[in-house]
Amino acid sequence: MHEMTIAQSLINAVRAHAKRRQGERIVAVGLRLGELSGVDAEALKFGFDSLIKGTDLDPLELQIEHAPHRHRCPTCDREFDVIDYDVSCPQCGTSQTESISGDEIEIIYLEVED
Amino acid sequence: MRKRVSAKTKVLGENDRVAAELRSRFAKRKTLVLNLISAPGAGKTSLLEESLERFPSELRTAVLTGDIETDNDAARIARSGTPVKQITTRGSCHLNAQMVGRGLEKLGARDIDILFIENVGNLVCPASFDLGETSKIVVLSVTEGDDKPLKYPATFVKSRLVVINKIDLLPYVEFDLARAHENAKRVHPDIDILETSCKTGDGIETWIRWVVERLKAVRS
Ligand SMILES: Nc1nc2c(ncn2[C@@H]2O[C@H](COP(=O)(O)OP(=O)(O)OP(=O)(O)O)[C@@H](O)[C@H]2O)c(=O)[nH]1
Ligand SMILES: [Mg+2]
Ligand SMILES: [Zn+2]
Repeated sequence: MHEMTIAQSLINAVRAHAKRRQGERIVAVGLRLGELSGVDAEALKFGFDSLIKGTDLDPLELQIEHAPHRHRCPTCDREFDVIDYDVSCPQCGTSQTESISGDEIEIIYLEVED
Repeated sequence: MRKRVSAKTKVLGENDRVAAELRSRFAKRKTLVLNLISAPGAGKTSLLEESLERFPSELRTAVLTGDIETDNDAARIARSGTPVKQITTRGSCHLNAQMVGRGLEKLGARDIDILFIENVGNLVCPASFDLGETSKIVVLSVTEGDDKPLKYPATFVKSRLVVINKIDLLPYVEFDLARAHENAKRVHPDIDILETSCKTGDGIETWIRWVVERLKAVRS
């Protein structure tokens, strides 16, 4: 599965941050995972842990935050969570709404110790 | 002392950057790029084999095919006379933007009107990797089940078209066409739907017309 590739990219990104944070130790990384990212959180965590084990980054905790699929209505500007694939605007009912988030695979924060 | 610091970083940022570069290159040359995604064996290569020779002859088509190990698909497509390059992903279950960049180099400096990218047979992983394509297309065969859109919504939400293939097999399988349409529209109300058979040729003309319409949109 591609979770291994994504775990590796995630670790590379953490390393880039570590380089810029000399003198601090990164102990946790907070990741936002969109509902439509196509990434399985369990598999990602497993891949991440096995790639980290025994390296200089160990121990490093992966904290995953799930992000819902969100749409925006161009008619009335309302932003809303898409529940059960229903993309119609809860305010005006139009089904012509646009996706604004839900496919992110994004680091949001790091927890560091100095 | 332990503290939390903000660190916004896209994990696939490097892929997205290369994909954006490709997309602007394609836009400049007005190339239509279609990224074909399906479960293994749904008929991506067959659909290309059946249609490539039937596009209007003034249109220059080309194909990049991704495969984990072999180059069978490229050999099949080459028989149509269309320029084709294989991208072997060496174990990886999806194509990424860098691989497409390298594939384009292998195709050489030629003008392309329509570039088909056959992704690795997999309905999950390719959805996460932007290849700089104009549109993603998902191929669903009737031997797979009409609930696929609900099981793999990410791929269907991101696709412009679903091609329901192997409709010649409908009498032999439990696949409800109406329900497949309903499920696809449920996860993506704007999605286009075509039905094809690469065995009988049903729907292939409609598929070609759909692609040519997309090319017109890219050119206008
Ligand atoms: N009956 C029937 N068989 C089909 C049809 N389209 C493809 N096939 C058969 O399905 C098998 C797989 O087709 P391919 O075109 O190789 O599928 P693919 O999606 O390219 O497969 P991968 O690249 O391995 O993921 C082949 O044996 C085809 O002959 C169809 O419309 N009807
Ligand atoms: Mg194939
Ligand atoms: Zn509205």
